[in-house]
Amino acid sequence: MTTSTIVVGLDGGEAGNRALAFATTQAKLIGDCTLKIVYVIEWSPFSFQTPEENAERHKRREEELSMARERIIEPAVKAATDMGLPVDGVVKHGDVADILDDIAKKNKALQIVVGRVGLRGLKERMFGGVTGRLAIGSSVPVTIIP
Amino acid sequence: MNKFFTTGLGAAVASVLPAIASAQDTVGLDQRINDVFAGSTGWFVNLIFAPLPFEIAGSSFPWIVLWLVVGATVFTFYFGFIQLKAFGHAISLVKGDYSDPEDAGEVSHFQALATALSGTVGLGNIAGVAVAVGIGGPGATFWMILAGLLGMASKFTECTLGVKYRNEYPDGTVSGGPMYYMTKGFKERGLPLGGFLAVVFSIFTIGGALGGGNMFQANQAHAQISGIVGDFPGWITGIVFALVVFAVIVGGIKSIAQVTEKVVPFMGILYVAAALVILIVEYDKIGWAFGQIFDGAFTGLGVAGGFVGALIQGFKRAAFSNEAGVGSAAIAHSAVRTKEPVTEGVVSLLEPFIDTVVICTMTALVITISGVLLVDPTTGNFVLNEAGTSIQTIDGSSGVQLTSAAFATGFSWFPYVLAVAVVLFAFSTMISWSYYGLKAWTYLVGEGKTKEIVFKVIFCLFIIVGAAANLGSVIDFSDAMIFAMAVVNITALYFLMPIVKREMNSYFARLKSGELKKFVD
Repeated sequence: MTTSTIVVGLDGGEAGNRALAFATTQAKLIGDCTLKIVYVIEWSPFSFQTPEENAERHKRREEELSMARERIIEPAVKAATDMGLPVDGVVKHGDVADILDDIAKKNKALQIVVGRVGLRGLKERMFGGVTGRLAIGSSVPVTIIP
Repeated sequence: MNKFFTTGLGAAVASVLPAIASAQDTVGLDQRINDVFAGSTGWFVNLIFAPLPFEIAGSSFPWIVLWLVVGATVFTFYFGFIQLKAFGHAISLVKGDYSDPEDAGEVSHFQALATALSGTVGLGNIAGVAVAVGIGGPGATFWMILAGLLGMASKFTECTLGVKYRNEYPDGTVSGGPMYYMTKGFKERGLPLGGFLAVVFSIFTIGGALGGGNMFQANQAHAQISGIVGDFPGWITGIVFALVVFAVIVGGIKSIAQVTEKVVPFMGILYVAAALVILIVEYDKIGWAFGQIFDGAFTGLGVAGGFVGALIQGFKRAAFSNEAGVGSAAIAHSAVRTKEPVTEGVVSLLEPFIDTVVICTMTALVITISGVLLVDPTTGNFVLNEAGTSIQTIDGSSGVQLTSAAFATGFSWFPYVLAVAVVLFAFSTMISWSYYGLKAWTYLVGEGKTKEIVFKVIFCLFIIVGAAANLGSVIDFSDAMIFAMAVVNITALYFLMPIVKREMNSYFARLKSGELKKFVD
C-alpha cells in the first residue's frame, strides 16, 4: 500500500496516452505512489432506449467492459507496471467527470491527470467537455495535459 | 392502448376516422380481404366487445371495460392502495436513489419506465380523449382520472410478476412478460393450465402486435401525413415506414431508434407544456372547467346517456389508453436490473399516472376550456348533434381534429406539431409492439436468429398493408386481440396476486427496517 495516489483518466486515444505518460513521470518522482488508471464508458441512466436494447443491455455492458479492459486498460497497466509502478486499472459506466472525481475522492488522490481533447462539436462548446467540467467541479487538483 | 382508440366500438370509429376512410378508397382486393376476414373473425370481435346484457341508463357497456376496471379495483384494495402509499417511493426509485452505483451501465428504472411509456403514450392521449369528451362531455374526465388511478394497481401487479419470473439467459439477455409468469408462477403455486394460458396469451399478443401495434399505427400516420400534404397512395407511406422500421429492428440501425426515443419524450413534454400555457393564459376558466368536470361526472350536463354516459366514456378511454392489465407493460419492464421485483412494480405504477392522469387530463382540460364544445347559453347544458350521440363542436370535428382545433385556439401552428407528434408516436409504438410481438413469437416457436427475423420481416410487411389498405375488420380483430390479452392476463393476475403481496410485504418491511438503503443521500 502506497501513501499517495494519482488518478489518470484515459480516453482510448492520444490525449489519454499523454496523460498517462505525465502521470507516470510524476509518480516516479514522488516515489511512493499508486497510479489509478480509469476508463469511463459514457452512459446515463436517464437515456432513452428501445425495448430490445433494454433486453440486451446486460450482455452489451459485459461486452463493453471486457473490450475496454482488454484494449485500453490492460496495455496501459502493463506499460506502467513495466516502469515499476504500483498500478490499478478501473473501467466504469457513467459520467466521465463525475466518476473520475468520485474515484479521486474515495482514494484520497493527490491529483487527477487527464489529457485535453481539442474542442469539437456543439456539445463540447456548450458543456465545456470533460476537462472543463473537471477543472470547475473536482474536489482534488486537476492537471490537464495539452 | 391509446393507439387503439378505435376499438371497433361503432360510433367512436365512425366519428374519429373519416379522414382515414376517405384516404383509402381501395376497393377490390382490399374489400375481398375485408369480407373474408370479417366473416371468419367477426364472432371474436363481437364476443370481446359485447355489451353487458343490460343497459345502464340507456347506454350499453362493453363487458371488457368492466373486466379491466373491476380488475384494477380488486388490485387496488388487495394491495392496500399501493398507488398512493408507494407513489413517493416510485419517484425516488426512478431518480436512482436506490440504484447501486456498481450496476451503472445496466438498464435503470428510469429507462424501463421511459421505454414502456413510449409504447403507451400516443394517439389515445390526443385523439381518444377527444372522443371521450366529445361523447361523454367534460364529466368523462373525472371517470377517466379515477380509472387511471385504479389502473396503477394493475400495472404494479403485472410488472412485479414480469420481473420476478423473467428468463435470464447465459448470454446475459432477458425475456419477460405474462407468458413467463403464467408458466413459472402457476407451477410454483401448483396450479394447472399455466402453459395453456401462456400459449393463448402469446397468440393474442402476436395478433395485437401486428394489428393495433402496427397496421393501425401505419394507417393513422398515413392519415395524418396526407391530411397535411394532400392525398397520396398509402402504400408509399407504408413502404417508407416499413423500410425505417426494418432498418431499426432487422438492420439494427440504432441511431434511428435513438433519435425517435429522444424525440418522442420531447414531443410528450412539448404537448404538456403547450397545454399548460393554454391553461395559464385562460387561468380564469380553470375553476369553471373543473366545475364542468365534477358537475358533468354526476349529472352529465345534457350529454348522451347522462352521467352514466360520461362514466362509460371515461372508463373506456382510460382503460384503452394506459394498457393497465393488458400485460404489454410486463414485457417492457422486465429488462430492468434489480434484485427486487417489487421496485419495478412500484416504478410502473407511474405509467398510468403520467399517461392518463396527467396527459389525458391536459387534453380534456384544453378541449373544455377552449370552448370548442358548444354550450346552450340558456340551460348551461351541451348542445348535442342531430342524432343526439355526441356534443356539437365549433367546426363539426371530432377525434384528433377536435384536439387540434382546441390547441389551435391557443397556438395557430400547433396542428403541424401535432401531426409530427402523431407520426412519431406511431413509429415508437410500432417499435415497442414489434418487440412485444417478437417475445410472444419466440415463446411459441423458440428462440433463434432465423425465427426472430421471420417475425420481424412479417411485421414490416404488415406495415405496408396497414398503411395501404382500409382493412377495418382486420383492425377490429387485432384490437379485439389486445383486449383478449387482458382477459387472459388479469385471470392469471388473480391467481398470482398472493405472490406479489408476499414480495410487497417483505420489500416494504425491509425498506422500513433500514435493511434496504439509499445509495444517494
